[in-house]
Amino acid sequence: METQEKVIKIVSEATKVDASNIKAETNFIDDLNLDSLDMVEMMMKMEEEFGVEIPEDKTEDLKTINDVTNFLKTMN
Amino acid sequence: MQLNRVAVTGISAICGLGNNLEEVWANAIAGKSGISKLEMEGSDSWPVQIGGVVRNFTVSEELMNLKDQDRFDKFIHFALHCANEAIEESGLLKAGYDPYMIGSVLGVGLGGFPFIEKTHQTYLDKGARRVSPFFVPSFIPNMATGKISMKWNFRGTNHAVSSACASAAHAIGISASEIMLGRQDAVITGGSECVIGGLTIAGFASMKALSKRNDEPTLASRPFDRDRDGFVMGDGAGILVLENLEKAKARGAKILAEVVGYGSTADAYHITSPHPEGEGTIPCMLQAIKQAGIKPSDIDYINAHGTSTPTGDIAETNAIKAVFGDHAKNLNISSTKSMTGHLLGAAGGLESVFCVKAIQEGIIPPTINLDNPSDGCDLNYTANKKVDREIKYVLNNSFGFGGTNSTTIFKKYEE
Repeated sequence: METQEKVIKIVSEATKVDASNIKAETNFIDDLNLDSLDMVEMMMKMEEEFGVEIPEDKTEDLKTINDVTNFLKTMN
Repeated sequence: MQLNRVAVTGISAICGLGNNLEEVWANAIAGKSGISKLEMEGSDSWPVQIGGVVRNFTVSEELMNLKDQDRFDKFIHFALHCANEAIEESGLLKAGYDPYMIGSVLGVGLGGFPFIEKTHQTYLDKGARRVSPFFVPSFIPNMATGKISMKWNFRGTNHAVSSACASAAHAIGISASEIMLGRQDAVITGGSECVIGGLTIAGFASMKALSKRNDEPTLASRPFDRDRDGFVMGDGAGILVLENLEKAKARGAKILAEVVGYGSTADAYHITSPHPEGEGTIPCMLQAIKQAGIKPSDIDYINAHGTSTPTGDIAETNAIKAVFGDHAKNLNISSTKSMTGHLLGAAGGLESVFCVKAIQEGIIPPTINLDNPSDGCDLNYTANKKVDREIKYVLNNSFGFGGTNSTTIFKKYEE
């Protein structure tokens, strides 16, 4: 599975928003209405699924699916 | 100071007997058992493998969205589900009360124990970085009332009461007091608990508190019977809407019963054993009777604490005899825990719902599995079959570890 597809799948499962409604430019706060706790939980799931550790100071910059996908690609 | 009268205008329940008030009550007066063999992960190796579990229940998405359903422990699901049913019956949302005058106070004995157990395992296996940010909100006892406040914009007093197996009864007493004093117009109260699991069973079993009748689940909870061997854990909730009676009347609400008395004492004796001379429970019942402004002989029915433990049932019987004297023989007593199991912190909520139904319907739910009354248990425990009886006053006892006691009295509503 491509990184972006996998990211969307994780976000869809965590938010219960249908994957077809989540695009590369989807913004976690503006479009999916997530709060700070949701964001922590989601990053935790990304770490678990991708086997990486996302530094805390980095998470603030990850606002869209694209941001997360690109960041994860740099980790691999 | 003139105290306000307190009306019950809505009730709801969920437990092993059913997932709504109608089912629970129908099965209770039919004398059915809600106890079954547990089918949980690993439960076939537990010392106790039976419980009053809630089956086939999913909270509606209107009350809790799918995201939250995964994040919050079951006692919170039960609380929202029952609060919704009770609120609908009461018509409270149409009352037009100031939101700051509607409170929510629920008894929760242990809180979200299953999530604590599960998350602790994650912590051990995967470390602190994998502990969910929703872990703390998932289990704290007051999150049930927190979610209720958010769902219906109730901005009045909001907290959990935790006094082990007396929690919900204390919550009801405190809520009634808030209304009597004019501090709140309405309070959602009662209790919710859902803690049947490996660790809790291990803990209670280690105290020798639980029945080990694993092969005969429906016969295991047998309060006052010679062959009782401990209590059976139950999950569930019982929720009541209490309201300032004059205001409820003014808005045309149907008044199901009145809360007229509340007693609350401590044994100051032992962490888990009841005081042998009833020095906590006797004054507790007397306090409630005094507040109600009645005589002991006015009580028709007692929904007993009656957990089916060898010492507890005798101690309660003796305390009832001490309070009621000759009238003790005229009382109908029953322990509905014989059917539901012991809902711990929610017990007093569910049993208060039974008390209100008993008043409304003139039917006393039975104590099932009472085949051979134990030595010293020689009162009328409404054995095995419901009894029709016109009821004016009902007394409900709830006692908890730590030596805490609570008694509430409900009255048939008359103008």
